[in-house]
Amino acid sequence: MINIQKDDFDIAALYQQLNHSQLNPNGYGAIVTFVGKVRDFNQQQHIGSMTLEHYPGMTEKSLSDIVEQAKARWPIGDPIIIHRVGELAPGDQIVYIGVVSAHRKAAFEACEFLIDYLKIKAPFWKKEQTENGTHWVDAKETDTTAATRWEKAK
Amino acid sequence: MLKIIFFAQTRELVDCDSVDITFEAKLSQLENIRQLLVTRGDKWDLALQREKLLVAVNQTMSPWDTLINDGDEIAFFPPVTGG
Repeated sequence: MINIQKDDFDIAALYQQLNHSQLNPNGYGAIVTFVGKVRDFNQQQHIGSMTLEHYPGMTEKSLSDIVEQAKARWPIGDPIIIHRVGELAPGDQIVYIGVVSAHRKAAFEACEFLIDYLKIKAPFWKKEQTENGTHWVDAKETDTTAATRWEKAK
Repeated sequence: MLKIIFFAQTRELVDCDSVDITFEAKLSQLENIRQLLVTRGDKWDLALQREKLLVAVNQTMSPWDTLINDGDEIAFFPPVTGG
């Protein structure tokens, strides 16, 4: 399941959903989840709030593509990806990724692959409100490096 | 008709969400479309510098040599920063 939403999400409810939405829930011995949150600092600046923008349609499509790549590579069930948009404050949850697999290695790797690829492929943009004004967040080279490591690891 | 959409700081710089332009054979190259848009003014020129610009054609991230057809949706935006 892929969902782009303004509302917050409940990780306990998502855990249940991740468990019960699989065709054969008892065949999965590992669940790995990742939650990304808004930090109150970025590059030595205090963050007051943040606005997230996306490209409706393309964002969902690019996340589906990433999920298909992960499913082709690891023996995983149907993952859940939730990403919030709109205005967020420090401490708020931004993104949830939940992966199930028979064993932990595939679940850990697929979860990391999904967040690494989301960061460089999915059209979302962050704008930060700081005491020095508002600015768009620059893409980080380290995110590109994190994602390309999966290409080498193939 | 081609639908051109802008996001994030690209949209803020050109101060518009989207424009429709009439398709012509000479616009079958992405670079030609970019050059046509750049002539709209300094802000457009600044917003559409290729170094920090990504392009999606019909909602798929696409290289600059992608061929364009009438009816395509083309989006220009900066590198993505989600997650």
